[in-house]
Amino acid sequence: MEIIMSIVAGLLFATGVYNLLQKQLLRIAIGTALISHGAHLFILTMGGLKGGAPPILVEGVEHYTDPLPQALILTSIVISFGVTSFLLVLAYRASEANGTDNIEQLRGNDYE
Amino acid sequence: MSNLAILPIIIPLLAGILLAFFPKKLPLVRGLAKLTTILNLAVVTYIFAFVKQNGTLILETGAWKAPFGIIIVADLLAVTLVLTTNIIAVAAAFYAPKSLTDQQETFYFYSFFFLLISGVSGAFLTGDLFNLFVFFEVLLMASYALIVLGGGKAQLRESIKYLLLNLFSSMLFVTAVSFVYSVVGTVNMAQIAERVKDVDQQGILTTVAVLLFFVFATKAAVFPLYYWLPNSYSVPNPVVSALFGALLTKVGIYSILRVFTLIFTHDQGLTHNLFLWLAGLTMIFGVIGALSTNNVKLIIAYNIIPAVGFMLMGIGVFTETSLSGTVYYLVHDMVIKGALFLLIGALVHLAGTSDLRKMGGLIHHYPLLGWLFFLASLVLAGIPPFSGFIGKLLLLQGSLAKEEISIVIVALLSSLLILFSMIRIFIGAFWGEKVEGLPVDKRAARAFTGPIAGLLALSVILGVGAEWFYPAIQSIGEYLMAPELYIDSVLKE
Repeated sequence: MEIIMSIVAGLLFATGVYNLLQKQLLRIAIGTALISHGAHLFILTMGGLKGGAPPILVEGVEHYTDPLPQALILTSIVISFGVTSFLLVLAYRASEANGTDNIEQLRGNDYE
Repeated sequence: MSNLAILPIIIPLLAGILLAFFPKKLPLVRGLAKLTTILNLAVVTYIFAFVKQNGTLILETGAWKAPFGIIIVADLLAVTLVLTTNIIAVAAAFYAPKSLTDQQETFYFYSFFFLLISGVSGAFLTGDLFNLFVFFEVLLMASYALIVLGGGKAQLRESIKYLLLNLFSSMLFVTAVSFVYSVVGTVNMAQIAERVKDVDQQGILTTVAVLLFFVFATKAAVFPLYYWLPNSYSVPNPVVSALFGALLTKVGIYSILRVFTLIFTHDQGLTHNLFLWLAGLTMIFGVIGALSTNNVKLIIAYNIIPAVGFMLMGIGVFTETSLSGTVYYLVHDMVIKGALFLLIGALVHLAGTSDLRKMGGLIHHYPLLGWLFFLASLVLAGIPPFSGFIGKLLLLQGSLAKEEISIVIVALLSSLLILFSMIRIFIGAFWGEKVEGLPVDKRAARAFTGPIAGLLALSVILGVGAEWFYPAIQSIGEYLMAPELYIDSVLKE
């Protein structure tokens, strides 16, 4: 199971990096989202995917899944939510102010 | 008593939240901001004295025993850096009203400023790898908001690149943390350090170490990962640039220092040699950048990079002397980079341009500012009585003791070129003929001078009074070479 998940996380990273290297701002934003999915899946996998009950104390249950990676992922998810929403607004404003959403044309040496 | 350790994080956090309630009442906001930074500085000074007297202060949050809960570790190194951070914060709070427009100030500048300080202090004080990630995000989120504040065309353009790069490296940080967790089964730094020795396959640890180094090196702008820094640091308001230049890259260097003296000390042949190579290349490429441009803001931004190289060199050499040198240089560089960015902000404001070729003769109008700039150049280059000299001396001593001759030569040459790049600004902007038709604004110059003079006075004292500070710095060097001290103080049985 861990092997399959690692391959899936790797694929997410690969497609994410491919999208990051594109020219359109929106595709770059999608790339960052894919990379964070990959990273979160990776945390879950690295915590171990052995069977067990959900980590809620119930009488009569012996084996639980590891609760720590789930807490780490939850934290990481909300953080990347915050950053992604900021990125989307920033991309919108930047493309409006500069008149283009092509990252190649967002260069230049003029500083205000 | 151990609750003291969390105050440097809590006070700015509360101030940031409080000031978000009435952003439009500018005089009140400014007054409260100045008052809070001074209060915070006083508290941190007290904590510093306390830690220096009684040893490391450890707070186990929620009274959970050490490896299970989050811990805040205020050892001498962390507290020294938090103290320096707060000194910069005071200078920035007094400089900000002059430098920012009223509109920028009403758009929550002070809230983000305090969140940034809180994040930086948290990153210095935490004893938990995942918590370090969270504090990195706190300070990065505040920095995203500060870099784009004002919303100029160039700012929007450069902040996208800054944000994308940091988002990518943060995701790598999370991945690296999960690697560490799968190998050693904990994210508490002391317990990781304890368990690293018992891991059978040391190769995987080295891989994780290099991945973590990649993350921190991106934040700290080490060659070849510094390409994002110069433009992003030259577009925002000078006071924001000063905060970034003084604090953000230094958090990256501190993380490298902490992680590679405490946790990953098992394969020094590989990691620390890598550091030495990268340190040399960082210095060379940084000074080349500083000499390549006529934009004064860019020159100063490029000057951050060789300084990062110097600190990395101390970590790479890895002796007591060189680690002391790194810590001394770290403190010195935070202060002087803050002062320099504030100086350049004043210069650009008064000259009305950031192009060196269009300036000239400013010393006729602003003699004090001019000589302060000259003093700052000498401090930065490491001329003997000042603080840059002592740090570099310790670093070079350590390197010579380990017979790393080539890095010493590179370091000395790049110091020379740093001095050249600074004196180029001094000659171009302050000497020569006056520019015709430039309005003279002595009142603005006086308002700018106060915080700058304060920071420069501190860096002169750091150099002239080196004998007062050296015992503390030396004991930090010894402490860093003996990770058992950290582990024992956190995981007391």
